[in-house]
Amino acid sequence: MASTLYEKIFKRHVVREDNDTFLIYIDRHLIHEVTSPQAFEGIRLANREIWRTESILAVPDHNVPTTDRSIEIEDPVSKIQVETLDKNCEEFNLLQFKMNDERQGIVHVIGPEQGSTLPGMTIVCGDSHTSTHGAFGAIAMGIGTSDVEHVLATQCLIVNKFKTMRINVNGALQNGVTAKDIALTIIGKIGTAGGTGYAIEFSGTSISSLSMEGRMTLCNMAIEAGSRVGLVAVDDKTIEYIKGKPLAPKGVLWEKAKKDWLNLVSDKDVIFDAEIEIEGSLIEPQVTWGTSPEMVSSITSKIPNPDRCKDKTLSSSYQIALKYMNLKPNTPIKEISIDKVFIGSCTNSRIEDLRAAAGIVGSKKIAKNIKLALVVPGSGLVKLQAESEGLDKIFTKAGFEWREPGCSMCLAMNADKLGPGERCASTSNRNFEGRQGQGGRTHLVSPQMAAAAAIYGKFVDIRELN
Amino acid sequence: MEPFNEHKGLVIPLDRANIDTDAIIPKQFLKSIKKSGFGPNLFDEWRYLDHGEPGMDNSKRKINPDFILNLPRYKGGSILVARENFGCGSSREHAPWALLDFGIKVIIAPSFADIFYGNCFKNGILPIALNKIIVDEIFIRAEKNVGYQITVNLKKQRIYDELHEPLNVSDGDILEGLPGVRIDPYKKFNVPFEIDSFKKSCLMEGLDDIGLTLKNKTDIQNFEKNYQENFPWLKGE
Repeated sequence: MASTLYEKIFKRHVVREDNDTFLIYIDRHLIHEVTSPQAFEGIRLANREIWRTESILAVPDHNVPTTDRSIEIEDPVSKIQVETLDKNCEEFNLLQFKMNDERQGIVHVIGPEQGSTLPGMTIVCGDSHTSTHGAFGAIAMGIGTSDVEHVLATQCLIVNKFKTMRINVNGALQNGVTAKDIALTIIGKIGTAGGTGYAIEFSGTSISSLSMEGRMTLCNMAIEAGSRVGLVAVDDKTIEYIKGKPLAPKGVLWEKAKKDWLNLVSDKDVIFDAEIEIEGSLIEPQVTWGTSPEMVSSITSKIPNPDRCKDKTLSSSYQIALKYMNLKPNTPIKEISIDKVFIGSCTNSRIEDLRAAAGIVGSKKIAKNIKLALVVPGSGLVKLQAESEGLDKIFTKAGFEWREPGCSMCLAMNADKLGPGERCASTSNRNFEGRQGQGGRTHLVSPQMAAAAAIYGKFVDIRELN
Repeated sequence: MEPFNEHKGLVIPLDRANIDTDAIIPKQFLKSIKKSGFGPNLFDEWRYLDHGEPGMDNSKRKINPDFILNLPRYKGGSILVARENFGCGSSREHAPWALLDFGIKVIIAPSFADIFYGNCFKNGILPIALNKIIVDEIFIRAEKNVGYQITVNLKKQRIYDELHEPLNVSDGDILEGLPGVRIDPYKKFNVPFEIDSFKKSCLMEGLDDIGLTLKNKTDIQNFEKNYQENFPWLKGE
């Protein structure tokens, strides 16, 4: 019987099946400091052991400062959490890239970077953006702390199978249109709950033409469409990206693995539970204007009028959002000026993102109204690579701050945050109320759009720039 | 985890869609390495007028008098009713921990985000997805009647009230046409809800699912052995 990619990988991992409840085996467990302490504590309290320590890769990312790391973490509560991760990794003998290791970075950046993320795997992490790793043809999903503990103790998870959805994006993307714009277009179309209960496979020529970095950006945002799992089929680009990575298989095993991975595609005539078509060539640079990623428009549009929403709940959501964002209906997106810029996060902090942003900056300077423009590389290795290419100089000469790797102002758990009322062009993934700091106003955009917003002090259509 | 059988409680109608886990428990409180004590900071940015940080004496903070959780009529509420896509966003289990610590036992909404939905069950909270029209009806009843309570019976998978009041929603005909729904002026509001049978039994018995899984230890070991032979590159050292 023809199978989807999701079903193929799922089937490989079924340990037990009982009605619609499955016990599935987990290959890779990524761990960070925020969602793991209570899980380790649970293991200790129940006197349990960790099933397979080699499956684990740990890194502190959410809380770490992005400024000088030769000094101690200033926030005492953050410090305890990072130290707790250190202690747990030492006690249970787990591989961890500590804060000052050059391989440290955002968990979803370093997994692929190290070759810890491989096709066909089941990958979990106590973080919703684990969907990122699906770019490699893996089932990767975010879990809560109870499930983190469950995987530590059993190497398995109790799950129901998701339904399958395929989103086909076909056509050549316009210059300046990125994976981020594809993701936001999809979310604008199907809504933040449109993918709930589904594993989404992204397919079509616009997707296969994306780099691995772009595919990671796209799968990263699957959760913003409600889907815990985003997937892209394996192709030569996938294999090429993994080849030679520190934790990737070598020699005979590499050849065996490669042969297996190239089969990790959905069968030709398979039927998905839902199928959606999007014309890639029509996608324009996207900017969110509200407090949910589905509240998004293209750069050429205006902010919608809540009074024209037929649905009462939607109309009230729009009103609440516009009030919070301090925006008026029918305002052109291009007239929104901003205070801060954030380039970073597990969505857009990889080398390709930084190159693209630096390409827009060139020799220009940030606008006078920009109070702070941050570039936070996704990992220490991304940072080093960028520096070797001179990207850091382009950013700092323009007036950006060049920081140490971490989650930073995506969720503002560390010192990087928006003040009340401040408006930010951000390459992150969530524009929820208070996400980047209490009272802060977030507009989600691509790295190029964020860089351009920093230069011009407001949103501009990067397709119109020379 | 406490077994869940039947729960009767005061309904808090929180009339918003897409309530995300950042709103339920803001990030600054995730720095705790414990599972308890999050209740006073549930919906912190909506509930208080000042900015909250861990370690503050919450009883001395300025509360937002307009926020529903602060209205005296909803004090002691344990059944939260909200709109679509409740719990979207981050996987933080601190969200159900905060709700539980506050005293919420049941959450009713037209739909839930997946990770949050699963996290609730692990902590003894029952999330119930109901048809939008039924949720509308509960909203109206809760807003109209001070002290409005409903009973949730997990075993029978039914929700009912004691009001003897006809339907409020104009599309009530559609509601009464839904399978299993019983409402008329003389009977109680009484509607069924769906729940996965495994999740139901775990909740009813208050089971620790790690203990359950470890009963299959031999199955996992056998699976692992075969699996590593078939996919030797995943063995990893």
